[in-house]
Amino acid sequence: MNYKMIANLIGRILVLEAAFLLPAAGISLYYQETKSCQAIVISAVVTALFGVALMFIKAKNKNFYAREGYISAALVWIVMSLFGALPFFLSAEIPSYIDCVFETISGFTTTGASILSNVETLSKGLLYWRSFTHWVGGMGVLVFVLALQPMSRGSGQDVHLLRAESPGPVVEKLTPKMHQSAKILYGIYIGMTLLQILLLLLGKMPVFDAVTTAFGTAGTGGFGVRVDSMASYSHYIQTVVTIFMALFGVNFIIYYYILLGKPSQIFRNEELRLYLFILLAATLLISFNTISFYHSFPEALHHSAFQVSSIMTTTGFATVDFNLWPQFSKCILLLLMIVGASAGSTGGGIKVARLLLLGKYARCERKRIVSPREISLVRMDGKVVDDDIMREVNLYMTSYFAVIAASFLLISLDNFDIETTISSVLACLNNIGPGLGLAGPMSCYEGFSNFSKLVLCINMLVGRLEIFPFLTLLAPSAWERK
Amino acid sequence: MEIVIIGDGKVGLTLTAQLSKEGHNIVIIDRDPQVLRETVEQFDVLGVCGNGASLSVQREAGVGNADLLIAATSSDEVNMICCVSARKLGVRRTIARVRNPEYAEQLVFLKEELGLSMTINPEKAAAMEILNLLRFPAALKRDTFAKGRVEIIELKLKEDNPLCGKYLSELAKVAKAQVLICAVERDEQVYIPTGAFQLQEEDEIYVTGAARNLAALVNHLDIESRKIKNVMMIGGGRIAFYLAAALLQDGCAVKIIEIDPDRCEHLASILPHAHIINADGSQPNILLSEGLADADALISLTDIDEENMVLSMYANHLGVSKVITKINRVEYDEVFRNMGINSIVSPKNLVCNDIVRYVRAMQNTSEDAVIALHRIVNNRVEALEFLVSEDTDYLGIPLRDIQLKPDILIACINRSGVIIIPNGSSYLQKGDSVIVVTTADRMYSNLNSIFA
Repeated sequence: MNYKMIANLIGRILVLEAAFLLPAAGISLYYQETKSCQAIVISAVVTALFGVALMFIKAKNKNFYAREGYISAALVWIVMSLFGALPFFLSAEIPSYIDCVFETISGFTTTGASILSNVETLSKGLLYWRSFTHWVGGMGVLVFVLALQPMSRGSGQDVHLLRAESPGPVVEKLTPKMHQSAKILYGIYIGMTLLQILLLLLGKMPVFDAVTTAFGTAGTGGFGVRVDSMASYSHYIQTVVTIFMALFGVNFIIYYYILLGKPSQIFRNEELRLYLFILLAATLLISFNTISFYHSFPEALHHSAFQVSSIMTTTGFATVDFNLWPQFSKCILLLLMIVGASAGSTGGGIKVARLLLLGKYARCERKRIVSPREISLVRMDGKVVDDDIMREVNLYMTSYFAVIAASFLLISLDNFDIETTISSVLACLNNIGPGLGLAGPMSCYEGFSNFSKLVLCINMLVGRLEIFPFLTLLAPSAWERK
Repeated sequence: MEIVIIGDGKVGLTLTAQLSKEGHNIVIIDRDPQVLRETVEQFDVLGVCGNGASLSVQREAGVGNADLLIAATSSDEVNMICCVSARKLGVRRTIARVRNPEYAEQLVFLKEELGLSMTINPEKAAAMEILNLLRFPAALKRDTFAKGRVEIIELKLKEDNPLCGKYLSELAKVAKAQVLICAVERDEQVYIPTGAFQLQEEDEIYVTGAARNLAALVNHLDIESRKIKNVMMIGGGRIAFYLAAALLQDGCAVKIIEIDPDRCEHLASILPHAHIINADGSQPNILLSEGLADADALISLTDIDEENMVLSMYANHLGVSKVITKINRVEYDEVFRNMGINSIVSPKNLVCNDIVRYVRAMQNTSEDAVIALHRIVNNRVEALEFLVSEDTDYLGIPLRDIQLKPDILIACINRSGVIIIPNGSSYLQKGDSVIVVTTADRMYSNLNSIFA
């Protein structure tokens, strides 16, 4: 384990985080919120000091392998969240530190679960910071660092960091050079965010709301700046958000192909086709099921499209209280929570690609039962899938359900109904935010005990980093010096 | 530059390491996903799994937009198909590894017909390197610049050498020849020496100069320069064939010991004047009975590095005057030197240097760019050849008035074919080519970057 290199990396991330805090301070200043501005500046200084101190640790041995990649990803996210919580705590706008950490982790992991019953009481600077954590967490802060400056010139070690932070069963570089790939990803990300801000402004949304909403959408986070999430905005704005949520739930490689001018590649992508099919099917089913609520089909379609897109991409915005919907619609939403967005997007969940692989794997195994001598291979996008990938997907699913089972038991200590308990775990582990029951879209996580909040925090981090980094963190052998 | 390498073997991997370090965008294609994964985790490159000769795999690797394709799979024929397909896709240049001596004749028209920019043959390059080492017996290693007019040789100072204890400023007096010592290796440390540097026994020195001046130096220093007349090779692979053919032409007696009877028969048919012995060359009694003790040179060329090392150590022990060892894994170079194995030839490194040189030439269209590069002292020192253009700073100003960055030396100036070993009053002029020696930890991409 190369502790020095990991410490140095964490230091660099903290300095970067301090830099990210500065715009928030500027916004506080603009809205003349002296107290929160002070809190943000102090947090930035403290974070930067710790960061610079850690950066003085220079590693002589530059070995950086898969386990270092996983462990540093896990540690970076924990440390980053602990420091990111400082502005909320120092400004005393959220009094309990554990609540501050919950809110920050929920931000960075793009969950969007909040402990605030009324977000409008929060000052603008902090609201901005809260939404910005979504934006940075969506594409990943390590990817950002790789885009700025490669860790190791010429060697392939950076790939371990990308692998640890990026979602999906197979993580591929777009171009031969790591930092080039990271730059392309962030370039697409920034471009799409700006486009959304522009479209929202055209819908007469206030600038502050447009920027924070775009951050929440881009990272598929879901922190709103109003109590009723997106309900009070115009239909135009809600439609723009619906479309952009769906777009940010697509694998970014697809956009890269579009930029390269290879649109033929897009429709060959089986994951994208399944993703769009699920979106469409779920929307239609819920529209028919909720038609009695909204009196007209277009209105039902509008709201079901928004909710489906929001839940499936694991964003968590809401235009209506879907807690009141019929059981059938609620069950569809619950299943969408588990499915999640596409691999290589900013969304969470199991990912459509993994489910697709599992389905194909099941079909192959079934064939083998019927005719044991037949050789059948799992293919995806026309290519045979490596056994290692299948093994990893299986391990992922096993660990995923183990985490759900354990968290479910721990949260049940709070004595809520089963709907609330299971949906809160699913909503946090899959980085969605709102669940059902008491954790529904128009309520918040304030009522949970500190212990449950801690469990949910871990769930959010485990879900964002896709389990393996935290599994590595728990393995004693990973910590041994070699 | 965008470079696609097909074949993740010894040559492919070495090339990947070197070219990705120089900042090129590398895509590497191989059939074996395991090998590919290890490469991708070690270097910042993209791996594509599949048959590199197939059009669809090449398309996936982006060959159409690439500047260079290097085909280095184990099969010559596959390499040629790779290059033909790549040309169809629109790659700018192609390099193929073609090493079967049976294709040697048709290589010229193959290159033309298939549109190959360059062919590489590691075994032939190794054979030529060994030949150079044999022709210049005192030098441990030797390299050429400026189309062969300037040479760099590596010498080890034994205790009776008149250079021991001398300062470099006295070199011209002692050596009585126009030469320059551009690097000294002492106790595994490398120095780019100045005039105040004092030479010691056991130093390994790198001397540049015109070929005849170096020959004069070697004569003057009275270093043993017995002509090699009788060469023994262990292992009858391709290198042995190329080397034997060249040595026989020089009138040298050649004995090849090879264990495989079929191979022996084949060698005997294509090398009628060589002595081909079918025996296990790793056994000392066979070596002795075949007259190793009387041979002028032993060259160990088996496929196993360890065996080659042991054979060379044994020959050193018997006092064979020239021992050359083929080693594929040069990573352990320092250890070999400590065991007295000094003359090492590594086929993959030789061709990699050639290709890297080619890539640099492709990349640098500007006038004062690097035209040749040599890595010496186990890659720790670089000798770079630059062309002086009108944009070069300090034209016509005596060198004593120019401040260079530390650890840099202008080793020699080639002015329209005349080799000048520079002193304080020498100056640069447009059209010169200069050889600059530096420690390898920094890259100098143009001549102006060496000035302080």
